[in-house]
Amino acid sequence: MAGGTVSGSTASSTYREARGWLLLPAWSVLLFFSLAPVIMMLIYSFLTKEHRGGVIWEFSLSAYDQFFLDRGLFGDEPPRIQWTYIAIFWRSIWQAGAATLMSLVVGFPTAYFIATRPATARPLWVFLITIPYWVNLLIRTVSMKFLLREQGPLNDFLQWTGAIDSPLQIVNTNLAVQIGLFYSYLPFMVLPIYAAVERYDFALSEAAADLYASKWTTLRRILLPAVKPGVIAGCILVFVPSLGSFLAPDLLGGARNFMIGSLIEEQFKGNAGNWPFGAAASMILLTLVLLLLLVFARQQARAERRS
Amino acid sequence: MAGRTNLRTIPGFRALTLLCLFVLYAPLIVVTVYSFNASASITNWEGLSLRWYWDVFTGPDSGKFKTAAANSFLIAVSAATISTTIATLAATGMIRTGRFRARTLSFGLISLPLMVPEIVTAVATLIFFNAIALERGLLSILIAHVVFCIPFAYLPISARMQGIGPAYEEAALDLYATKRQTFTRILLPLMAPGIVSGYLLAFIVSLDDFIITNFVKGAGVETLPTAIFGAVKRGIQPNIMAISTLLLGLSILLVTLSWLVSRSDTTK
Repeated sequence: MAGGTVSGSTASSTYREARGWLLLPAWSVLLFFSLAPVIMMLIYSFLTKEHRGGVIWEFSLSAYDQFFLDRGLFGDEPPRIQWTYIAIFWRSIWQAGAATLMSLVVGFPTAYFIATRPATARPLWVFLITIPYWVNLLIRTVSMKFLLREQGPLNDFLQWTGAIDSPLQIVNTNLAVQIGLFYSYLPFMVLPIYAAVERYDFALSEAAADLYASKWTTLRRILLPAVKPGVIAGCILVFVPSLGSFLAPDLLGGARNFMIGSLIEEQFKGNAGNWPFGAAASMILLTLVLLLLLVFARQQARAERRS
Repeated sequence: MAGRTNLRTIPGFRALTLLCLFVLYAPLIVVTVYSFNASASITNWEGLSLRWYWDVFTGPDSGKFKTAAANSFLIAVSAATISTTIATLAATGMIRTGRFRARTLSFGLISLPLMVPEIVTAVATLIFFNAIALERGLLSILIAHVVFCIPFAYLPISARMQGIGPAYEEAALDLYATKRQTFTRILLPLMAPGIVSGYLLAFIVSLDDFIITNFVKGAGVETLPTAIFGAVKRGIQPNIMAISTLLLGLSILLVTLSWLVSRSDTTK
């Protein structure tokens, strides 16, 4: 996302008069088909549901009411907090958090290792990490399911080595979803941390070592604070898509491990759906994500000011 | 002094890196290997065979897959072409027109599709098409793909443009070239590696998309990912592994090309 910065040496204003025309296609396509849909979704979340999918143009708060409040089977009881959907959101946050932690544990050492290779070898390492990201997410998730399933290669291998007696049931558990999310977004953890460690000046570590700091102290007290923005960026880049993911929970989690993505998808499938409710759930998810990005942006700005 | 050079290496990190690569590649390798399995069961190994590749092209499902593949390629080519054109113009407008106030805002708008969760984009796009009464089909899929392809095309293009100093264009202008000639004869050829790289990335992203396509495609229209998803819901069959291997091979080929092309400029 650093593509927007211009270094002073290449600043050029050759096509200044044509600026409006050059930016017009991007502006119009994105305003009309990216921003307007989000606004329309906000409007739909305040409309009345049509029973065969779609909406009736009549203002209603019932989508948000249904999300947060429980008024009993016939809607005449005093409202209590409806925990069903909040619980689904909470589970999604938890699952995404677990996947983020797993990615950090594997991704940080990987990023560090790559950043300390000779400069000529680094691009190839980075390329090896990014390749899987460009492979179809659906195919990767299906592959993971194939690998983890009860009679799959992983269980075969573990039984062959004698590590386990009977096959492990991994598919359709929370763990399978976490593994799936971890696998889906791991490259997003590695790349920003790699960029941060690569910029880090190891002379600082040498200075610390000269002052008799141990290797671990140097890593923890000198390097880690310096690369913290990269670590936070990596965590955000894994957490955000994990939170709203659909494929990993749907294919690896089964019916009991429902996440936000499946809850939303269900509202737009066939006649049983509820479009305003789906729009409201999407708005709540979007609000969560934007809040997170806002906190992140302020943090990055503060880190930049300090350096 | 040995301690100095050693300062950078941390014990165990190499092992974790290898673990990381293993985790990333193991599922892909396993599926590739099993796609060559002669057995009709996905559990037993009965020797090497191209049986399931044959099945993909001639079997009972081949008609469905061919239609889906044709749709996928038509959409990917169109979406990549349109989004790369838009992104090239936008990058020129952002990087070659001096400083202006709406710059940050423009960049925010271009990266908007990257920040909004995919499922939310899918819902918003479906709702918007419903509200403007756009019929769901190939056109609705194409429009949705163009939008999320723009940032992927934009990033390598703008990165390349920032690496080209203004001297070439200034020289052309000094020699009485018009602005238009400078753009088409000087800037665009210099930009070629970035544009090719952006085009390939947009193509892959379009070819791979499932969630947004699934929402806006309408009944009866399938792309390869939605056809594969439908088949997987009924259980993983060997022919799915063959078609998956073909697709993942294509993605890896294209991304490697994109990488080689974008690297070619640093060697200059």
